[in-house]
Amino acid sequence: MFVGWYFVSNTLRNLDERKIATGFAFLTREAGFEIGETSALAYSAADTYLRALGIGIANTFRIAVIGVVLATLLGTLLGLARLSHNWLVARLAALYVEVIRNVPLLVQLFFWYTIISENLPGPRDALSPLPGVFLSNRGIKFPLPQDHPVHLWMVAALLAGAVLAWLLARWAARRQAATGQQFPSFWAGLGVVLGLPLLVFLGAGAPHELEQPVLSGFNFTGGATLTPEFAALLFGLVIYTAAFIAEIVRAGVLAVDRGQSEAAHALGLPRRRAMRLVILPQALRVIVPPMTSQYLNITKNSSLAVAIGYPDLVSIANTTLNQTGQAIEGILIIMLVYLTLSLSISAFMNWYNRRVALTGARA
Amino acid sequence: MKRVLGLTIGVALFGAGAVHAQGTLEAVQKKGFVQCGVNVGLAGFSQPDSRGAWKGLDVDMCRAIAAAVFGDATKVRYTPTTAVQRFPALQSGEVDVLARNTTWTVTRDSSLGFNFVGVNYYDGQGFMVPKKLNIKSAKQLNGATVCVQPGTTTELNLSDYFRANRMTFKPVVIGKLEEVLNAYYAGRCDVFTTDVSGLVSTRGSRPNPADHVILPEVISKEPLGPAVRHGDDRWFDIVKWSLYAMIEAEEMGLTSKNIDQQAASKDPAVQRFIGATGDFGKMLGVDNKWSFNIIKQVGNYGESFEANLTPLGFERGINQLWTKGGILYAPPLR
Repeated sequence: MFVGWYFVSNTLRNLDERKIATGFAFLTREAGFEIGETSALAYSAADTYLRALGIGIANTFRIAVIGVVLATLLGTLLGLARLSHNWLVARLAALYVEVIRNVPLLVQLFFWYTIISENLPGPRDALSPLPGVFLSNRGIKFPLPQDHPVHLWMVAALLAGAVLAWLLARWAARRQAATGQQFPSFWAGLGVVLGLPLLVFLGAGAPHELEQPVLSGFNFTGGATLTPEFAALLFGLVIYTAAFIAEIVRAGVLAVDRGQSEAAHALGLPRRRAMRLVILPQALRVIVPPMTSQYLNITKNSSLAVAIGYPDLVSIANTTLNQTGQAIEGILIIMLVYLTLSLSISAFMNWYNRRVALTGARA
Repeated sequence: MKRVLGLTIGVALFGAGAVHAQGTLEAVQKKGFVQCGVNVGLAGFSQPDSRGAWKGLDVDMCRAIAAAVFGDATKVRYTPTTAVQRFPALQSGEVDVLARNTTWTVTRDSSLGFNFVGVNYYDGQGFMVPKKLNIKSAKQLNGATVCVQPGTTTELNLSDYFRANRMTFKPVVIGKLEEVLNAYYAGRCDVFTTDVSGLVSTRGSRPNPADHVILPEVISKEPLGPAVRHGDDRWFDIVKWSLYAMIEAEEMGLTSKNIDQQAASKDPAVQRFIGATGDFGKMLGVDNKWSFNIIKQVGNYGESFEANLTPLGFERGINQLWTKGGILYAPPLR
C-alpha cells in the first residue's frame, strides 16, 4: 500500500518537474488520425482518442476470438493426426509441429506478410479464383449479401434452432438412458440449426442480391475485405499456436490409460465412438488447463501486430501516446485491457474446466 | 521501443528527479560525451556509412554540440530512435538532445515537455507515388491506400488534408521505416507520405529512383529542429547557439578550410566569433573557443548541407541564408 502510494506520488512529481502533461484528459480530445480497419465500427479522424482506442480493442478482440477458434480446430486435428495409425499422416503432423514451434512467431508473421504483399498482384490485375472474389496485395475481396430485413429473422431462427437442438439432445439422452434406444441427435440438431434459417430465407423469397466488389480508381470498393495485415496475423497466430495445441491434445489423449480404449473396444464400440464417448471426456481434464495458457498466448501475441501494421490496441495506443506524449497513461491502458481480456478468458476456461473435471473426487 | 518506454516509466517511477539534481551540461561533462538521439537511418540526415561512422545534417548538429562542450566533435554517442521511441528517449533522459528530423509543434513544445532550439531544416510533407500510376496531383488520390509511419505529424496532416479535400484513404501504419517502405515498394500502398526531404532521401537510395515521382503538392510546414528537455536553460542555450554558430559562420564566410587564416583577420566580428575577444563561451558556460571549434571540426551550415544533402539531389531552396533569398537567419553573436 505504502509502496504503491510512493510510486504514484513520485511519478507524478517527476513528471511535473519535467513539465510533462499527466492525466487522462487527452482521451476526449480529437484523435486526428485514420485507422485502416475498424471491425465494422464507425470511426473517422474527427473522433476522440477514446474511440480510437476502442477500435483498437475491438480489432484485438476480433483477431483473438477468430484465432482461438481456428487454432483449436487446427490444433486438435493435428494432435489427433499425430496419433494416427497411418504412418505418413503421423509423420507429417510431427514434422509440422517440430518445424512451426521452433521458428519465432515474429519471423513467421513477417514471412506471411511478405508472401501476401510481395507475391500477389496489384488490384488492377487481381486474381479472380471465383466470380466476384478478388485476390490482390490489397487483400481478399469478396461479395457480401446486400442488407435485407430477412437477415435479422435468420439470426433469430438460428438462435431458436440452437435452443431446439439443445432440447432435442437432452430428450435423446434421457430416452437413451431409459430405453437404450439411440437417436441421431447430432445430425438432427445440425439439421434444425441450419434448416430453420434456411426455411426463413426461402420463405422470404430468397433475396440474394450481392454487393459486388468493383474496381474503381485505386482499389476495389463494395463487398467485404480481408486485409493482408489481418490475414498475415491470423495465419501466423493460428499456425504457430496450433502446433502447441496439437501437443497438448496428443498429451491429453495419451494420458488416458490404455485399458480404457481396450475396454471400449471389448464392449464393441467402434473407434470413432470410443474416442468421442470414452477417451475424449477423460482427456479433456488434462487438455483444458494448458489450453487456457495457449488462448492467453494468442491474445497477448496478437500485440505483435504492430510490426506488420494491423491496427490492434498496441498499435493505436502507441500512436496515441506518441501524439500526446503520455507514455505512462498509454501503457497503463494497454496493460489494463490485456489484463481484463486475459482474466476473462481464464475465468471462462476455469468454469469450463470445473465442468469437465472429475466431480466429487476426494484425494 | 520497449526498452525506451520501460526506461521512461522506470525513471518516472523510481528516479527522484535525477536529471534535475544537476544540469545536463554538468552531467554531460562528467560522462565525457554527448548522448544524441538520431534517426535509425535516413540518408543525408543521420545514417551510418559503410564503416559504421554516423553521417548527416542531424549528426553534424550532434557533433557541433560536442565541439562546443568538449572542443572535440568526436565525443558523441548516438542513440538511433524510431518515430515512436524518440520522445520517451528524450523525456527519460536517455539522450541529452534529440536531433532527429523532428517537427517543431506546440504540443511537443508544451505538453511533451520539450524545447525546440531552432530549425536546422525547413521541410514540408509530400506524397510519393509509383510513376506507372500516372498521377500528376495529390488531388487525384481519392480512395488511395497510403503507407505512413505512426506517431508523426505526417499521420495527422495526412488525415487533415484528405478531410479538407473531401477525399478518403486507407492508411497502412507501420513503425519501422524499413518495413513501411517495403510495404510501399511491394505495392501494398499506392502512396508513401512523409516529409519531402525523407521522400527525396529514400528515393535517392533506390536502384531506380526514376520509377517513383514526388507530387508537386507540399501539404504542411515541417520545421525540423533539435530539441532538449524543458527546464534546463543553460543546456538549451548551448544547443541553440551551436546551431546558430553554424548558420552565422556561413553568413560570415567562415568555413572549416579558411577559419585558421581568418583568425588573423582584423574584422572585430570574426575576432569575436573565434573567441579572441569577448567571452560568449564563458557566458554560455563552455570554452571561449566553442564556435571556432564547431566550424573548424564540423564546418558551417552550408558545408554540412553540401556534404550530406546535395549529393542526394537536395536543393537549398528555402534552406538558404536570408541574404541569398532563403529564410535561414541567425540572431547576432554579440
